[in-house]
Amino acid sequence: MVNKYPLWKYILLMLALLAGVLYSMPNLYAPDPALQITGESSSLVLDQRALNRGLLALDAADISYFGQEINSDGRNGLVRLNNRERQLEAQSIFSRAIGDGYIVALNLAPTTPEWLSAWGAKPMKLGLDLSGGVHFKLEVDTEAAIKQRMEFYEISVKRKLREERIRGRISTERNTIQANFRSEEHRESARAIISENHPELFLDRVNQDDMWIIRATLVDQTIKEIIDYAVSQNLTTLRNRVNELGVSEPLVQRQGRNRIVVELPGIQDTAEAKRILGKVANLEFRLVANLDTPDSEKQKFSYRSPDLKGSSEWLEKAVIITGERVSNAQASFDQNGQPNVLISLDGEGGTQMSRATRYNIKRRMGVLFIERKFRTRYEVDDQGQEVQVKVPYDEKKLLTAPVIQSALGASFQITGLDNPMESSELALMLRAGALAAPISFVEERTVGPSLGAENIRLGVLSIQVGLACVVLFMIFYYRVFGIAAVIALSSNLTLLVALMSLIGATLTLPGIAGIVLTVGMAVDANVLIFSRIREELRNRTTPQMAIHQGFERAVSTILDANLTTLIVAIILYAVGSGPVKGFAVTLSIGILTSMFTAIMGTRSLINLFYGGRNIKLLSIGKEFLPGLEK
Amino acid sequence: MKTIKFMNQRYLTLSLSAVLVFGSILSLGTRQLNWGLDFTGGTLVEVHFQEVADLGAIRKSLDAGGYIGASVVSFGTDRDVLIRLPADFVDSDAGQILSLLKEQSNSNVDLRRIEFVGPQVGDELREQGGLAMLLALALVMLYVAFRFQYKFAVGALAALVHDVFIVLGFFSILDMEFDLTVLAALLAVIGYSLNDTIVVSDRIRENFRKLRRINPEEVINISLTETLGRTLVTSLTTMLVLISLALLGGEMINGFSIALLVGVITGTYSSIYVAANTLLALGVTEEDLMIPVKEGADQDELLP
Repeated sequence: MVNKYPLWKYILLMLALLAGVLYSMPNLYAPDPALQITGESSSLVLDQRALNRGLLALDAADISYFGQEINSDGRNGLVRLNNRERQLEAQSIFSRAIGDGYIVALNLAPTTPEWLSAWGAKPMKLGLDLSGGVHFKLEVDTEAAIKQRMEFYEISVKRKLREERIRGRISTERNTIQANFRSEEHRESARAIISENHPELFLDRVNQDDMWIIRATLVDQTIKEIIDYAVSQNLTTLRNRVNELGVSEPLVQRQGRNRIVVELPGIQDTAEAKRILGKVANLEFRLVANLDTPDSEKQKFSYRSPDLKGSSEWLEKAVIITGERVSNAQASFDQNGQPNVLISLDGEGGTQMSRATRYNIKRRMGVLFIERKFRTRYEVDDQGQEVQVKVPYDEKKLLTAPVIQSALGASFQITGLDNPMESSELALMLRAGALAAPISFVEERTVGPSLGAENIRLGVLSIQVGLACVVLFMIFYYRVFGIAAVIALSSNLTLLVALMSLIGATLTLPGIAGIVLTVGMAVDANVLIFSRIREELRNRTTPQMAIHQGFERAVSTILDANLTTLIVAIILYAVGSGPVKGFAVTLSIGILTSMFTAIMGTRSLINLFYGGRNIKLLSIGKEFLPGLEK
Repeated sequence: MKTIKFMNQRYLTLSLSAVLVFGSILSLGTRQLNWGLDFTGGTLVEVHFQEVADLGAIRKSLDAGGYIGASVVSFGTDRDVLIRLPADFVDSDAGQILSLLKEQSNSNVDLRRIEFVGPQVGDELREQGGLAMLLALALVMLYVAFRFQYKFAVGALAALVHDVFIVLGFFSILDMEFDLTVLAALLAVIGYSLNDTIVVSDRIRENFRKLRRINPEEVINISLTETLGRTLVTSLTTMLVLISLALLGGEMINGFSIALLVGVITGTYSSIYVAANTLLALGVTEEDLMIPVKEGADQDELLP
């Protein structure tokens, strides 16, 4: 009787196991509490001198640290601390010493050894319920975005008709603009104008009480575009704002039609986070001052772009419009193929822009980008304790100052840009200032660091205890076969953790529960096989034949049983959110790895123990159920 | 080997299942489920006190602070306190609650977690959850009907619905909180129970093909006896880890472990009695399971 695996199968298994060990190992190295230091703007390079200021302060406060490093591009620095309890204290001391302009964030730095990271191995990411932090779900008010767009259409249509001297009464009702005319001739010319200027509107003609009416309606496709635009622009804006918060690995992600998820690991002050995320940031459009503009009416601003560092412009103090009026800005190309940026303003913005530019053709207009920043001050409160006070101030930098070529309206373009990269960056900055549509918080979950740490501890403990119980039972009940199953089970755990680390899955508390459940259920495949083998033995089959038949017959059952569980896990993944998704991921991966280890892994071990020899007796234990003995 | 006459008790277990399922439905209809924050919306704040927390005093100071209708209970230990605000406090400031607590207790208050769920999110989750459950049941039934035969699919479905109702009923009768993790557990119960049912069905199918001229009841009894060892061992190992999770895993996944524990017990029972009972009631015969001509290796030899 055979029951021998070819050598290549053993090699394959050993390679899989080796890879499993390699890629799951980074999880064994506990991360160091660390401070991550980043320059607030891209032009600010973090150098050793700045870092030393902070390090000296840590020395003075008797906080021990090790392993300070600065990234090769000078954007990031990292200081590892010895003591997690003093991480918060270290953050405030360090950030005070290094001064404004740098963001000092709490971080857990991985301690993966070099030889492991060389293979691309990295530890699993921890979900917020394990690491501590804030999870926000924001909803974008899409109705407001649509309403804003309808206002823009209404004003534009009114103006075009006025220019053509067509008289009519125009009103907006939800997604439809209705224009009433006294004659059919007026209506037809109006229709031509509207369809030429706004081909995306669906036009419908009706007659009612001797009125000739056009109804211009937003089609579903356009509505979808408006919503997508509003959400994606809010995403960009929120990303910029999250960067201000100083979080080491933030997540800003669209979810569903109009939701945005923001996850900020390590953040505890939710009030501050909410304030920054929800604030209205800004742009200002102002005329560049003439030579004869009195000093009291002008201000000097420097350019934001690092290429134009040092140069500056004098702008008038009067503001034409602010960023809230910008409804869209897109990088594009003009008819000559030159890069440009198309800007759309809302109705009111258009009116103000045309009023301001009509008599200022050939002058230049400056676009200012305004960022809210903080200076940190230290004050002593009533209890004599030193507290950190953040004083906000606005930093205004010039984005561009193009020449006004003609009277501008609700939509205009900025040309004369050197390359498409410049135009897309300018468009991004123009959009980044403001939110395209209002947002509201629909979900908030904050987990304190102590609870997160406790969740990990309890989770790991229940895995250990659960595993120990299963191991003891299996060896007691199935003897040598039990040992094979236990080895397979351990490899299964290793592979599961390795795969999760490799695909960058996030480990959550329900995810740990999924691992625990996998431990319990993964032995099922082995139990099925071993029961079969025992049955075969009872039917007086030879041991070798029994092993062979047992494995062969159990496989189809195992496949059926696991595939259906996999279906359920996939549905769970598709429907569940956040932590529940984590459970679904571990469960699905666990099912796949357990089939591999329980069928192939166990078989290889059993073959190794018993295969190819003349065996009289298998050590597979005996039934303890009454009435089932031979 | 002695065959256990499982099906002799079929009417007894049928009435037991009926009582359990109808009891669950009755409780779900009258007492409903104690929906967790995930589904109702609202705000939840968990804090940890250095000393034993005085719940009465906390309630008083919250009332004074304008948070009327807040429920304050201890959570796990007498130092951990869970405060829940109804959904009307839409964008309530959890930070304010924390400072109220700090004022009141004069000791260090450690924030453990804050959860705020808007009412619209809760409604959606409930809808999605129900949908997921139905989708899971439908897909699984299709798979079983395709791999086995429709009578098996009906049997599997009956067992799953039986288990889901009993777990829901268990949570309803004991007034345990039904949150998102419990919903996940419920879907896992569907997966587990199905696993069991399929193993049993697989053996029934095999035995129908192997043991000709034996009545269906006997075939089912033999199959159940043969798979009993495996059914019990797997349930045992799964329950071992679940008990470890329930006892050691912490309060946050307690509901999850309990739901799965109950589910594993009913799942084991239902794969023996509900699924097999339904098969017998539907009058399964060996004709239902004749091997289709194209299956089986020895058929190839018939080819010229």
